[in-house]
Amino acid sequence: MTKQMNKEPYQQAYYPPTPTGITRYMRSNILWQLVRFAVINFKMLKLMRKSH
Amino acid sequence: MSKIVILGAGIAGHTAARHLHTLLPAEHQIVVVSPNPQWNWVPSNVWVGVGQMAEKEVTFDLAEIYKKTRIDFKQAKGIAIHPEGSSTLGKPYVTIESTLSSTAGQMESIEYDYLINATGPKLNFGATEGLGPDHGHTVSVCTAAHASEANHKLQIIIEALKRGEKKTIVIGTGHGTCTCQGAAFEYIYNVDHVLREAGVRQHARIVWISNEYELGDFGMGGVHIERGGYITNGKTFAESLMVERGIEWIIRAHTKKIEAGKIHYETLDGTFHELDFDFSMLIPPFSGVGLKAYNKANEDITSQVFAASGFMKVDADYTARPYAEWSAGDWPKTYQNPSYRNLFAIGIAFAPPHLISKPMQSANGTPINPAPPRTGMPSAAMAIAVAKSICDMINGAEAPTHTASMAKMGAACVASTGAHLLRGSAATMTVYPIVPDYETYPEYGRDLELTFGEIGLAGHWLKTLLHHTFIYQARLKPGWRFLPD
Repeated sequence: MTKQMNKEPYQQAYYPPTPTGITRYMRSNILWQLVRFAVINFKMLKLMRKSH
Repeated sequence: MSKIVILGAGIAGHTAARHLHTLLPAEHQIVVVSPNPQWNWVPSNVWVGVGQMAEKEVTFDLAEIYKKTRIDFKQAKGIAIHPEGSSTLGKPYVTIESTLSSTAGQMESIEYDYLINATGPKLNFGATEGLGPDHGHTVSVCTAAHASEANHKLQIIIEALKRGEKKTIVIGTGHGTCTCQGAAFEYIYNVDHVLREAGVRQHARIVWISNEYELGDFGMGGVHIERGGYITNGKTFAESLMVERGIEWIIRAHTKKIEAGKIHYETLDGTFHELDFDFSMLIPPFSGVGLKAYNKANEDITSQVFAASGFMKVDADYTARPYAEWSAGDWPKTYQNPSYRNLFAIGIAFAPPHLISKPMQSANGTPINPAPPRTGMPSAAMAIAVAKSICDMINGAEAPTHTASMAKMGAACVASTGAHLLRGSAATMTVYPIVPDYETYPEYGRDLELTFGEIGLAGHWLKTLLHHTFIYQARLKPGWRFLPD
């Protein structure tokens, strides 16, 4: 069995947040994304209305 | 009878033309002048650039569309504006040069009552040695034809990756003063996606290079968004997207020179670096298209009508001030030229009063800061405001009656990947207002309800919907005027 090496810490990719499994799942969950589609559309229309 | 001439038929020019056509009675004449025979839905060029859409799916013939209307279309480029007329022509006029193959190079003068400059940018590849697809070593997605060529070269790289070869792909900005980071941002995620679909991502090193101080600046000084119970900076959102996809990034960079397979760049700390590449898409800096202006005595008044960048001066406050004293009120509202009341500039053609991001210079004095973005949504809003103002001025109004300040309008960037409706994804980002307004929103300069970012399939559906809706609308199909701009 090979010994697990320490992961190099102070690198560019070390700091930003990365999504958990549930976050990744929800990004492609059809039902949740249908809800988000409605919400994003509503916000976009509001944004467009405020812009004209 | 009034005659309105529109120079340019991109998102801004075409939007102004179709609204003027609807708003004005038939006695008035509308002329659109564009050197390009085709209209292009530029936001979808990134899909052409990765082979998920054909060039013909993002373009259509302007002449064919305008034939259905009373809009007179001339395939030509604007050369000079004579806003006072001349000794022989009493009315203001613009000189144009035909780009039609049968009459190429022929000059014509068109008189106007109102002129809208919507010429868009000159893609200034010449600002960086070796930049661009024509005389350089990088590709572009700024036009549909460029994007098509980019895809052709990308497919060659994908074939090499399939053979197990290692390749470096560099995407970002090709100069320290570029704008339009959003397009490069969308392209890098699309390239990552198609490499994964092809099963070759593990063989490719993908690197982002840009003139932003931090990722997610986008020429707007970055944004704040609500996320996970915190108000966080868009930098965190953008970095997270990069890390999740295994993409490295280089920021605060001015691309100085590009040789075959090698990018030379300088960073804000004044140091110089090199980066090897096999495929690179770098956005060029933008400048005005080089229109000239002459007064009645035929004296050159270009510097009075245009800023040094070649963009047209409008009703912005161009007084030079330090960054701390910039305000939302500096930004133009009516897009009317201060010297000539019947002259307007919209879309990318108007001269911004200053940057939105904080100006930065390297230790060697090289400016490394993004220019302000002027994307589709604001361009359309400006076009509609100017079209309505011109209608009112024709009907007797002394001054423009409608406004569309970038400090009072939003923008959206949807970086959508994948052609399949269930396997795609998107990073959706919106901002309101584009120019931060610290008087209305003292904490962050922006409305945090309308400034948001999220990742998921919903954004992918939205981008697909926007693509079809806006092309349908631009083609003047039945009911187009009921669709939002």
